Amino acid sequence: MQVTSRNFKENSSKALKDDDLRVALNRVKTGFTTARATAASELPEFEELRNKSRDIKNDVLENLDYYLEYFEEKVLAQGGHVHWCSNATEAKAAILKICRDADAKTVTKGKSMITEEIALNKFLAAEGIEPIETDLGEYIIQLADEPPSHIIGPAVHKTKEQVTELFYEHHQKYGYTERQEDPEKLVGEARAVLRHKYVTADVGITGANFLVAETGSTVIVTNEGNGDLTQSLPKTHIVVASLEKIIPTLEDVSTVMRVLARSATGQEMSVYTTFSTGPKRSADIDGPENFHVVLLDGGRTEMLGTELEELLRCIRCGACMNHCPVYHAVGGHSYGWVYPGPIGAALNPQMVGLEEARHLPNASTFCGRCEEVCPVHIPLPKILRHWREKAFEQQIGPKPERWGIELWGFFAKRPTLYRLVTGIAARVLTKIAGRRGRIKSLPLMGGWTSVRDLPAPQGATFMAQWKKSGRGTQK
Amino acid sequence: MSEKPGTVEVALFVTCLVDINRPSVGFAAVKLLEETGCRVVVPDTQTCCGQPAYNSGDRKSTKQIAADVIKAFKGFRYVVVPSGSCAGMITKHYPELFKDDPDLLLDAQDLAARTYELVSFLKDVRGFKPEGVKLDRKITYHDSCANLREMKVVDQPRALMNHIDGLELVEAEDREACCGFGGTFCIKYSEISEEMVDRKIDNILATKADMLAAGDLGCLMNIAGRLYRKGHDIKVLHIAEILADMSDGPGLGEERR
Repeated sequence: MQVTSRNFKENSSKALKDDDLRVALNRVKTGFTTARATAASELPEFEELRNKSRDIKNDVLENLDYYLEYFEEKVLAQGGHVHWCSNATEAKAAILKICRDADAKTVTKGKSMITEEIALNKFLAAEGIEPIETDLGEYIIQLADEPPSHIIGPAVHKTKEQVTELFYEHHQKYGYTERQEDPEKLVGEARAVLRHKYVTADVGITGANFLVAETGSTVIVTNEGNGDLTQSLPKTHIVVASLEKIIPTLEDVSTVMRVLARSATGQEMSVYTTFSTGPKRSADIDGPENFHVVLLDGGRTEMLGTELEELLRCIRCGACMNHCPVYHAVGGHSYGWVYPGPIGAALNPQMVGLEEARHLPNASTFCGRCEEVCPVHIPLPKILRHWREKAFEQQIGPKPERWGIELWGFFAKRPTLYRLVTGIAARVLTKIAGRRGRIKSLPLMGGWTSVRDLPAPQGATFMAQWKKSGRGTQK
Repeated sequence: MSEKPGTVEVALFVTCLVDINRPSVGFAAVKLLEETGCRVVVPDTQTCCGQPAYNSGDRKSTKQIAADVIKAFKGFRYVVVPSGSCAGMITKHYPELFKDDPDLLLDAQDLAARTYELVSFLKDVRGFKPEGVKLDRKITYHDSCANLREMKVVDQPRALMNHIDGLELVEAEDREACCGFGGTFCIKYSEISEEMVDRKIDNILATKADMLAAGDLGCLMNIAGRLYRKGHDIKVLHIAEILADMSDGPGLGEERR
């Protein structure tokens, strides 16, 4: 997708004026947060499971090479193939080759953020292969020709009315000529249209929530069962996954799964959890004949051993954005690249460059709610601060902001001068406000006064009054 | 309170916002500390805890300012701060700032261990409860993010307010949501901040409270400023002013009499 992170302010300004989006985002805010809180409180060992999940992922990151090679060995032993790709270009080339070998005209796709990351759909379409998204949310935004706005609810920004219009526009060719307004009927219509596509697709592509080292299995969790049909009906199944998705054992998978859905939607488990272990065996009734895993680095190994390593623990549950007041205000598209919300603000500067994404780590109040709910304890505010420090070092960002901070720092380091300047400022502001007690607009303070009045100071500073009173200033 | 009155020395970290914008909060803190038998000292070389630089990515200035704070407050048994976010800066972030600087790390950890947010210090360390304070108001309390998540100061202000005659506490919906202040955030991303503070205000208004309190002046200036901009009349005070029976004067942004 085209990166528009640079325009974060403009994007968010537009989003804040979009009434449909406001309705949709309010649903995220109230629905997901309540559901997660309930699920967490109903499982006494939830906190313990979070710690265990963090430890499992830390172990994976420390021994990534070992687990990956173990996984590969298992996949190969079962007759599958593993394609190691260092970047998006290599991954797309590997996927295209598999599709060409299968003589593919259409591919069905399960929901996958990694294929968004490498912009696979656009690539396949340009190569004459039609990609069809089968997750309902992904299907909706594919029709709308939009990127996902949430990592687990890609079409969460869409209202029901907008979906009605989209289906009305795109489903007429399949004989659906009426506007459906009932959600159940809308789902039924999508199901009927997609059912036909599953059967005719030549290749099924899915992502993976986990890659299990001990068995060589790949795991997806869904709520619609679309992933199952995507990976079991076509003759060829391609799993695209980034390296850090590896998990040592099935036991570990079951531990992490217990925090995944609870953190994401508040469900105890997703409706479907599907394990794929190699291609169809001779005695199997169905399943793909060819099984490929495209393992993508995509900048992950560069993050190992750095301040960003902890981001690789992410299990893509979406809890951080579900609880983020900035996400609630501006929605996912404002972030301008694949990953929105706090995880996007922390990850995207690494993926698309700090210059491009500099707004994202800055657009946070450091309220800390994301870290509080992250199932694997990623210190998101700390990583956002890391990016602010990088930007400051590299002098990225508007100069006046920097000068302001430097000027303030200059005074803060000189108490006598600071007393003088703050004393004058307090008196001047008090005088400007007069009896009114607040200031409506102030030069250089437009950022404040464009939104709110400035409660005025009370006259002399505390330090001036304290000094005048002759009270203790030293031990 | 086993010590004799006036024998427990407390250094007050005033905070830059209290110093410049609302000295009455500082005097309320002094009054409360003295009521619990503390002798209050205000070191005159203090300026600010360094959060503006820290949150803007200027680590070098932050460390210089933090080193000055460490020096200014050396040797005091207790350091008390009428702000969750400044207390959080000193107790949680100073040690992190100097993690690779063995000389200052010990001093930073030492200061962190002696530093308390005001309300939790009053309640947990000094066993304080307000006596003879009367206030006929319906109040709602805003949890600043730093008090809520970093300092875990949530129950203490509520427990202390419970001892005030006539005061009725009504909790707002979505208490854990940020008010949109965020230091320079509210200036740099004013439109997003506006949306956040508006949601906060909706929840405050829904309580029908006629008074709002919090333990952080940044949040209070943001919320009070927005309340006035939208024409709402709710008296906004720092929790210290309420506990110290200093609720009579004008609230934040209120007209002077």
